[in-house]
Amino acid sequence: MVGRRGAIARGLARSYGAPAQNAGGMVIGLAGQGGTPRLDPVAQTVTAHAGVSLDELMKFLVPQGFFVPVTPGTRQVTLGGAIAADIHGKNHHLEGSLGNHVVRLRLFLADGSTMELGPDQHPQLFWATVGGMGLTGVILDATIRVLPIETSRMLIDTERATDLDDVCARMAEGDHRYRYSVAWVDLVAKGKHLGRSVLTRGDHAPLSSLSGRAAATPLAFNPQTRLAAPSFVPNGLLNPLSIRIFNEFWYRKAPKHRADQVCSIGSFFHPLDMIRSWGRLYGPQGFVQYQIALPFGEERVLRTCVERLANSGDSSFLVVLKRFGEGNPGPMSFPMLGWTITLDVAAGKPGLSQMLQSLDHLVLDAGGRHYLAKDAHMTAGALRRGYPRFEEWKAIRDKVDPTGMWQSDLARRLDMV
Amino acid sequence: MQNAFGDPQTIVLLGGTSDIGQATVRRLIRPSTARVVLASRQPADSETFAAEVRRFGVATVECVAFDACSHATHTAFITDLAERHGDLDVVLLAFGVLGNPDDFIADPASAAPVLDVNYVGGVTVGLAVANQLRSQGHGRMVIFSSVAGERVRKANYVYGSTKAGLDGFAQGLGDSLQGSGASLLVVRPGFVHSKMTTGMKPSAFASTADDVAAAVERGLRTKAHTVWSPPLIRFIFSALRHLPRPIWRSLKI
Repeated sequence: MVGRRGAIARGLARSYGAPAQNAGGMVIGLAGQGGTPRLDPVAQTVTAHAGVSLDELMKFLVPQGFFVPVTPGTRQVTLGGAIAADIHGKNHHLEGSLGNHVVRLRLFLADGSTMELGPDQHPQLFWATVGGMGLTGVILDATIRVLPIETSRMLIDTERATDLDDVCARMAEGDHRYRYSVAWVDLVAKGKHLGRSVLTRGDHAPLSSLSGRAAATPLAFNPQTRLAAPSFVPNGLLNPLSIRIFNEFWYRKAPKHRADQVCSIGSFFHPLDMIRSWGRLYGPQGFVQYQIALPFGEERVLRTCVERLANSGDSSFLVVLKRFGEGNPGPMSFPMLGWTITLDVAAGKPGLSQMLQSLDHLVLDAGGRHYLAKDAHMTAGALRRGYPRFEEWKAIRDKVDPTGMWQSDLARRLDMV
Repeated sequence: MQNAFGDPQTIVLLGGTSDIGQATVRRLIRPSTARVVLASRQPADSETFAAEVRRFGVATVECVAFDACSHATHTAFITDLAERHGDLDVVLLAFGVLGNPDDFIADPASAAPVLDVNYVGGVTVGLAVANQLRSQGHGRMVIFSSVAGERVRKANYVYGSTKAGLDGFAQGLGDSLQGSGASLLVVRPGFVHSKMTTGMKPSAFASTADDVAAAVERGLRTKAHTVWSPPLIRFIFSALRHLPRPIWRSLKI
């Protein structure tokens, strides 16, 4: 049934590059399939079909007083895709990436068999599947640990940092006191304001922090999409001027320091979900997202990346800085002890790919790497440098798929299969 | 597989010694370009250019034998390239011969090989490339036509007719690829200073091989189906094609 071009599983296709695309081949759509998840409140685990989205999972869990162990910046990803990309969230510095919280999963293999995997059950193949971008097989379902919560609200501290050094210092000093931490960096600000940031950190709000109506329905969770991007946006709507205005506004609207603000899960974790199809704002030319990880001690490279992108004029209105904790045993898992920075760049400008390639060299020389769920431009050589255990992963992968049944455009570009 | 910027990983140049073809390869090479195949009748003839491509940092550069007139071999030739190098991202059909109009008059049979290379070879290898790109579900073919695709001039009507035929083939093939993921770009240069035209008197609006290459680069970036070089010549030729014959044939272009 599967031809020479192979097959790849696809969830909600929210990866920025082509890990769930397979030109000329087959794509197995899993999103929207599978029934209700099963919660085990005693063991504090939930079991769900791989095609269940984190949105569905949260709508199921939160009213029962539990939260997903890791959430990225959008709820519109599936559980299977989240494990395959080994996603991380604002709690990585304390709790690691999603793979750290998977108890077991079932994997459909190239030979037609199904295998149950976990950290104690075929750990090699399990850790090759966590972060393996779907290239070891199709994840059918999984059991993950969940976090008990008292309310569906977040308790947030916000502070402004004057520049990049300041924000790095504040994070290094205080992140351990918060379960969740992230900084938004203004790439448009130049000179002494380079890297001025808004740092938001917090945790799930305890019941005692709520009052009035919120206290009456502490676990209510019905996130709303407020706006939708229009179906046509011209190229260049997001230009240096409009981004500068947006960034200035964003920075100024943040308080210099505010503690214990109560806000919703959606507004803290998933700002992008408030604007449906937000990617359209970049116009038909689209955009690429660039996310890298750098070890501690390489803040100089972090600074150079920020400077070069700030000076290129292709600045992005969403630059996110985060401190990672220890990585997990997955050879292709992205997070590593250090910093990660994420930004969008409008595509279509000549010379952009060369600029990013030159940044790639700096990042790789510093021992950093790129996130495969975001990557849309790097080379096979860069992958091997960033992920020194690639060959180990490939050997495990090739053993369970000797004929190259699992294929994707990402795998072709990076010679992974 | 190309990346999000359309930077090709694998480039195939059919007509490895063509000035325009080489200039285009120079323009298209990016840090992500890992493989370049130069195909020509005598592989040794493209070795000098191969060395230049290697200096750009391309890891695998291969010079292979390709005969546009061996029509029966074309499918196997393209399949073999894909077997060995993986998906073909950009395939340039840049081979062609000009011939001497006076020779064709003296010996009509001598026109046959020109047709065989330019048109028949273009069609048979073009079909083979299209099959490969269709099965990949992605990839771009670039066919070098000529302004003769718009209207054939009396100065080189044999060569011009091969390009006019090839142009028609390419436009139709390009349309047939719509929806397959693969696409085709037709390039219509005017007079180009190159090895092929050495010693000839340049026509108006002459351009260089690099001008043509720049037009290809732009066309691939903007996903155009036809580009002209120089760009202005598009409007000139769309006017010229409607000129009454007595005026057209008296024009010194």
